[in-house]
Amino acid sequence: MSSSTSFKDRQLLAVIGDEDSITGLLLAGVGHVNEQQKKNFLVVDSKTQVSQIEAAFQEFTERKDIAILLINQHVAEKIRPTVDKYQQAFPALLEIPSKDHPYDPSKDSVLKRVQKLFGDQ
Amino acid sequence: MASTGARENIFATRMALTNTKLRLKGAQTGHSLLAKKRDALTTRFRAILRKVDEAKRKMGRVMQLASLSMAEVTYATGDIAYLVQEQVKEASFRVKARQENVSGVVLPAFEVERVQGSDFNLTGLGRGGQQILKSKAVYAQAITTLVELASLQTAFTILDEVIRATNRRVNAIEHVVIPRLENTIKYIMSELDEMDREEFFRLKKVQGKKKRDTAAKEELASQSPHDEISQRELGESEVDLLSSKDNDIIF
Repeated sequence: MSSSTSFKDRQLLAVIGDEDSITGLLLAGVGHVNEQQKKNFLVVDSKTQVSQIEAAFQEFTERKDIAILLINQHVAEKIRPTVDKYQQAFPALLEIPSKDHPYDPSKDSVLKRVQKLFGDQ
Repeated sequence: MASTGARENIFATRMALTNTKLRLKGAQTGHSLLAKKRDALTTRFRAILRKVDEAKRKMGRVMQLASLSMAEVTYATGDIAYLVQEQVKEASFRVKARQENVSGVVLPAFEVERVQGSDFNLTGLGRGGQQILKSKAVYAQAITTLVELASLQTAFTILDEVIRATNRRVNAIEHVVIPRLENTIKYIMSELDEMDREEFFRLKKVQGKKKRDTAAKEELASQSPHDEISQRELGESEVDLLSSKDNDIIF
């Protein structure tokens, strides 16, 4: 597997989410700004365009130093087709709940697969 | 008796038969090995599946707690979002990947690795420092859970893929390769048998012809005995080559 060689240097977590989630995670110390002044997080508010979220999602999934991508579930909902299409192992995509949006397991792209596998096997 | 299913395009010889039989044996061994691998992976997969489900639910609770502590911070300190975002420099919360081997499949497992950093030390200097510290701890806890979940999920994704590939191989061997080899063996056997029969028939035919020839000859001999005598006379009257001397040949 080609991914097995490359996951050694994946160290960072990336976040796409609303302000509060991001602030909390940054407080814990996940934030990183690299040499090209690229941040590893994107704050999504009501004014953020869907295309912008998509672009950030693409960027984070293509970066080689990110191990885990956290995305708020209500944000993931906005780009659901892209999220559902994402099947790679690296970076691991994780949908997290946000303050205003309680967690709904039935919408999670991975949990959906889990349910399906439990269902038909 | 010709094989009905697909078979390989080879000459029906004994060597090909031996080769094909060896290959069939190899395919059967491979099939059983792959089936074992698949079973081992599936066992692991199911365990992970259950854990993923559990961890996802746990994450829901943990994140709720974290959000609550964030709300406390906002209440005590006011909006610190901008401040925090602008202060970000270097990640102090990183993950390290470790490998785990499940019957030949490398599964990564993430581990939290904290680099000592003095981020956001001045945040909440005015008020709400306590809440911010608490919130930091709670979020760190939450992220640990998230990292665990991420490694489970990665393992889940990789295993899913590998199990699918293995299943495909097992099925391919079971339903395509083995029947084809069996058909080939059947075909070769029938061809060889056919050749055997042909050979036998040919030998019989030759034998029959020889018998008929000898019988005809004997009959001919018994019918004309004087012929034999004249032949013997012919033999006696043969000239002795040594008795007469040739003239020397001069070139």
